[in-house]
Amino acid sequence: MNPVNYLYLAALLFTIGAAGVLIRRNAIVVFMCVELMLNACNLAFVAFSRLHGNLDGQIIAFFTMVVAAAEVVVGLAIIVTIFRSRHSASVDDASLLKL
Amino acid sequence: MENLIGLLVAAPLLGAAVLLCGGKRLDRVGHWLGTLLAAASFVIGAVLFADMLGRSGEHRALHTHLFSWVPVGGFRADVAFQLDQLSMTFVLLITGVGTLIHLYSVGYMEHDERRRRFFGYLNLFLAAMVLLVIADNYLLLYVGWEGVGLASYLLIGFWQHKPSAATAAKKAFIVNRVGDMGLSIAIMLMFTTFGTFAFGPVLSSAGDAGEGKLTAIGLMLLLAACGKSAQVPLQSWLGDAMEGPTPVSALIHAATMVTAGVYLITRSGAIFNAAPDAQTAVVTVGAVTLLFGAIVGCAKDDIKKALAGSTMSQIGYMILAAGLGPIGYVFAIMHLVTHGFFKAGLFLGAGSVMHGMNDEVDMRKYGGLRKYMPVTFVTFGLGYLAIIGFPGLSGFFSKDKIIEAAFAKGGTEGWILGGAALLGAAITAYYMTRVMLMTFFGEKRWVPDADGNEPHPHESPKTMTIPMIILALGSLGAGAVFSINDTFLKWLEPVTGHAEGHSPVSALTVTIATMAVLVIGVAIAWSQYGRRPVPAVAPRGSLLTRAARRDLLQDDFNHVVLVRGGEQLTRGLVQIDHTLVDGAVNGTATAVGGLSGRLRRFQNGYARSYAVSMFGGAAVLIAATLLMRAV
Repeated sequence: MNPVNYLYLAALLFTIGAAGVLIRRNAIVVFMCVELMLNACNLAFVAFSRLHGNLDGQIIAFFTMVVAAAEVVVGLAIIVTIFRSRHSASVDDASLLKL
Repeated sequence: MENLIGLLVAAPLLGAAVLLCGGKRLDRVGHWLGTLLAAASFVIGAVLFADMLGRSGEHRALHTHLFSWVPVGGFRADVAFQLDQLSMTFVLLITGVGTLIHLYSVGYMEHDERRRRFFGYLNLFLAAMVLLVIADNYLLLYVGWEGVGLASYLLIGFWQHKPSAATAAKKAFIVNRVGDMGLSIAIMLMFTTFGTFAFGPVLSSAGDAGEGKLTAIGLMLLLAACGKSAQVPLQSWLGDAMEGPTPVSALIHAATMVTAGVYLITRSGAIFNAAPDAQTAVVTVGAVTLLFGAIVGCAKDDIKKALAGSTMSQIGYMILAAGLGPIGYVFAIMHLVTHGFFKAGLFLGAGSVMHGMNDEVDMRKYGGLRKYMPVTFVTFGLGYLAIIGFPGLSGFFSKDKIIEAAFAKGGTEGWILGGAALLGAAITAYYMTRVMLMTFFGEKRWVPDADGNEPHPHESPKTMTIPMIILALGSLGAGAVFSINDTFLKWLEPVTGHAEGHSPVSALTVTIATMAVLVIGVAIAWSQYGRRPVPAVAPRGSLLTRAARRDLLQDDFNHVVLVRGGEQLTRGLVQIDHTLVDGAVNGTATAVGGLSGRLRRFQNGYARSYAVSMFGGAAVLIAATLLMRAV
């Protein structure tokens, strides 16, 4: 199968993820959409690795996974703390940082 | 011998430092210490003079380098002295007359509790004035120039408890600043033109510079001379400067400081010789001032102000002579020296009269004083005869030479200048006879002063009369001594150069004409003030008289043009500051404030809107990159 199709799929996944981040209010869902975008990138990396015939893309995909795992830990902790204090996971409710 | 030159300045400077810093314990001896140091400076000057006479004309100048003051790259300012015949003449005049006036002040200021300070200031003046004339470069001359300005300010305002004296001091200082500005610009121009401001290199290479530049330098030097020497248009301060104690008027505002302008022009002769336009300006200023001062002198009833008008007029003669170039320099300096004698003598005489008359200055309240003050009368009389140019006395020789030289300028210019000088001589005879008649002749007109004290005119103490007698002897004989065998001419010629002019009228004709106008002037004055009693209250007088009483409206002119004009200018500038400058600043602030108020709306706290701007920005960046690639 043509590896370029994987790039189309990656672009589609990324767009879905981005749309989710912009549209959804629930922090957990926004978070999952971010993960979706990250994985879309991973897919693109691996596809490029295959296209170019070297291993650089695959290595970077591993890096991304590690960083994403660390990010999930911090991000979920923040969401849980916000939920505890406000009894809501809506990102629009947490809008105190403004002039 | 070179080592002695510095002492000329050091002696009075030491006196000033000791007297001004010494405090009250010096009150009892301070005046004698000041006089002694002035005399010391004169003795050193006399020793140097004797030494100078021992050498031939070309080798008489002495040079000494004290230290390098500001050595910066190509810029060198040295403290170095030059004592040539011209400087020597001034040194002897300044320290000689200065010493006599110190002696006079011992008596005159006897009852003033701040006498020690007065002598400190007088010594400071002497130091600055000697520095001015023995400096070997224009920058050091400028130091002396400012120093005498400071001393003049301090001494005019010495009786600062009188508001009029404090104001007069400020007026003198401010008007002098205008002239000083001219001198500093001239020095800067010299530095850019010649790369130095030492007399030697500047004056020897003056001919090589462009005439335009030399004219500019010459005009700036003339402006400086106008300020210091009270010439039109910067003359307004001299009349008010008479608020100072009379010895100050005699020393600073008659004999020495006000002649600094003549020194400056004569010293810079090489520059003026190469710039005919600047010379024309100089003679114009001189001719206008000699008439201006004389007319003012005719109308004043205040004896010191009448003499101040006369000083202005006589310095006008000197400036006129100096502007004539090599045919006039020597005579300008000769008149300066003889004027130093007789005008200082006249002022000291006026001071002596005031001393005996409870400080009354109005001549209409004098009258008949010759019986009460015989010594003052005789010395003042000799000064009077000298200034009007009575044959044989010093003013006769020096003024006659200037009138001759003015005619010798040649052409229409020569006739105008000569005519002005002759007319000036007639007016001089008139106003000086008037002063003489109103003060010493006629009936006594004095009245009790405001406190009811009847004046008891009496002769002044010895410390005052001795200087007057010595100066009177100078007025009597100096001219003859200078003129016989052309002594003075031969003495100064190596420094200033000299050229004989070609006068359209013979010397004898000029002398006869001078005598004729002298007789006419005296006769008119006698018919007005000698034959008839002098009214105790000044009559209203003609339009010209009234204008002359107001110094020919010079203050009114300055007020309308400069003060009002300055006020208008500053108001305009303030307006511009408010609207334009502040407007720009405030406008910028308002614009930034409004813009940030709008930009603030973007910070709404919604994480999703930040995400939109991030995505949008990234999309724009990528689109731009792709576009650039495609192009």
